[in-house]
Amino acid sequence: MKPITELIKDLADLHGRDRHSLLPILQGVVEQEKYLSEYSMIEIARELDLPATEVFGTATFYSFLEYKKMGRYIIRICKTITCSMKGEKQILLAIEDMLKIKVGETTPDGSFSLLQTNCLGFCHKAPAMLINNDVYTELTPEKVREILSEYLNRKNEGGQDVN
Amino acid sequence: MSTNYQLKRADFIFKDENDWEEVLKNNINRPPNELINELISSELKGRGGAGFPTGLKWKISAEEVNDVKYVICNADEGEPGTFKDREILSKVPFKVLTAIAICGHVIGAKIGFIYLRGEYFFLQTELNKAINEFEYYCREINFDFSIKIFMGSGAYICGEETALFESMEGKRGEPRNKPPFPSSFGYMGKPTVINNVETLAHTYTIFKYGSKRFYDLGVQYSRGSKLFSVSGDTPKPGIYELELGMSLADFVDEFGDDDTKAVQVGGASGFLVPRKRFNETNIGFQGKLVGISLPTGGSMMLFNSSRSMFNVLDNYLNFFAEESCGQCTPCRVGCQQLLRGIKAVKRGEKNAQYLDKMLKLAETMQFTAKCGLGQSVANSFSSIVENFREEMIY
Repeated sequence: MKPITELIKDLADLHGRDRHSLLPILQGVVEQEKYLSEYSMIEIARELDLPATEVFGTATFYSFLEYKKMGRYIIRICKTITCSMKGEKQILLAIEDMLKIKVGETTPDGSFSLLQTNCLGFCHKAPAMLINNDVYTELTPEKVREILSEYLNRKNEGGQDVN
Repeated sequence: MSTNYQLKRADFIFKDENDWEEVLKNNINRPPNELINELISSELKGRGGAGFPTGLKWKISAEEVNDVKYVICNADEGEPGTFKDREILSKVPFKVLTAIAICGHVIGAKIGFIYLRGEYFFLQTELNKAINEFEYYCREINFDFSIKIFMGSGAYICGEETALFESMEGKRGEPRNKPPFPSSFGYMGKPTVINNVETLAHTYTIFKYGSKRFYDLGVQYSRGSKLFSVSGDTPKPGIYELELGMSLADFVDEFGDDDTKAVQVGGASGFLVPRKRFNETNIGFQGKLVGISLPTGGSMMLFNSSRSMFNVLDNYLNFFAEESCGQCTPCRVGCQQLLRGIKAVKRGEKNAQYLDKMLKLAETMQFTAKCGLGQSVANSFSSIVENFREEMIY
C-alpha cells in the first residue's frame, strides 16, 4: 500500500491533472483505500488545482465512491426487483447473522462492510451480490455462507487479497 | 402492423464470426456517405430504449465541421432487468470495437470511448486485452484510431447521454439541457456520436451483410432483431435475440410459467402490461399500448400471480428516488412523494382518491422533468396504479 499522497501523485501522473481526470483518480484512491477520506479529497483538490468542494461534490454523487470508512471487503447486495423477488432478504439475513453487522455497518476488525445496491445486471441469475469487484450470483443462504467462510479464512491466514 | 406474429429467433449478435479484421478493412475503405446510406436504409433504431434512427445520428455528426469529434459506446447498462450489453462485450467485443472504429471513420473521429458501468469492473481486463489487439491491427493497416475505457462509479443516471458526458468530464452526472444535442455538442463540447453497445453490434451486422439482411427482419417501423433480457417468474431466464414486432401474448407463451399476471416491458422506466392486454400489445417501436411507442431497451420482467404489484411499484419508486440526480424539482421531490404516497394509501392514512392525485403528479413529472429518468417514472407508476388499483389500496 502506497502512502496516500504518493498514490494521488502517481494517479495524477498517469491520468493527467485536468478536470476530466478527476473520476479515474477518485476511483484509483477508492481501489486502494476503499473510501475517500476528507484528507484524500483535499489532497486530490490540491493536486488538480480544484476547489475541494468540487471534489467533494463530485465524489459524493457516485454511489461506488464511498466517503465513510469502509472495510477491506465491501459486500454490495442487489435489492432491485428481481433479486428482491428471488430471496435477497434471506441472503441479507444470512450475512448479517454471520458477520454480526447490519446494512451500512463495518465489522469491528475492519474486514467487511455490508451495503445494499441497485440493479447489478444479473437479474437472470438472481439474487446477486458484489464483494469488491467480484460478482456472485444465484445465491442461497448456504452458498453465501460458504463464500464468506472462504473470505474469512483468507483473512485469518493473513493471506492475499482476492483482488 | 402484423398481429399474429410468431416469435422468431435470430442469431446475428452472438454468432461466432472471426472476421472483424476483414469487416474493418473493407468498410473503412468505403466512402462515409455510402455507409450512412446503408445504415439509413436498414432502418436501425437505437437499441438502448429511446429508438433514435442510428443512420441519422451518424449523418448529423458527420456533417458537423470540427477537427475533434468523438465516438462513445454507452455501456452504462443500469436499467433494472437489462443485462445484454455485458454479454455482448464479454462474448463478441471485437464486433463492438470494429463498429466504433467504422463510426469514427464515418464521422471523422480519431478517438472512441467505452463508458463501462462500475458494476462491470471485472470486464475491464479482458476488454483492454481486446482493445490492445484491435489497436495493433489498426496500426498495421495504417488506420489512426484509438479506444479507451472510461469507468463509471455506480450512478444509473449516467446512462443518460448528456449525464454521461458530464461524468466523463469529471463532474456530477447531471443531465444537460437539450438542445444542443450530442451530435453537435457532446463530450467536451465536441460533436459526439453516442450509441448503445447493442446498436453498435447491429451496425456490424449491417456493414457485413448489407442493410437488406437486417431490414428483412421484423415488421414495419420496427426492423431487425433485438436482444431481450428475460427475467423474473420464468422457467428460462436469459438473453434471447428475437425479431421485433412479436405480440406479447406469443412472448408469454414462450417464456411465461403459465401463471403470468403481468410483464414489465422496458425495465423500471418502462410499462407494466397486465394479462388482459397481452394480445393487443406488440413489442417494437409502434406498440398499441400508448399509441406511439413501447420502449424496448430489451428488459422483459415477468410476474406471476404470487407477486404483489404494490411491492413491485414500491421497489421501482425506491430505485428512482435513490437514482434521481436531484437536479430538477419535479423528479427529486416527485419520486419521494410518490413513494410516500403509495405507502400512506396502503396504510390507510390517505384514501383511495389520493391515487388519482398522484397520477396527476406523475403526469406533471412527465412534462416537466428535465431528462428521461424523471419523465419516465410516470410510465411504470401509471401503468401499475391504473391496472392494479386494488392491490395498491388493500
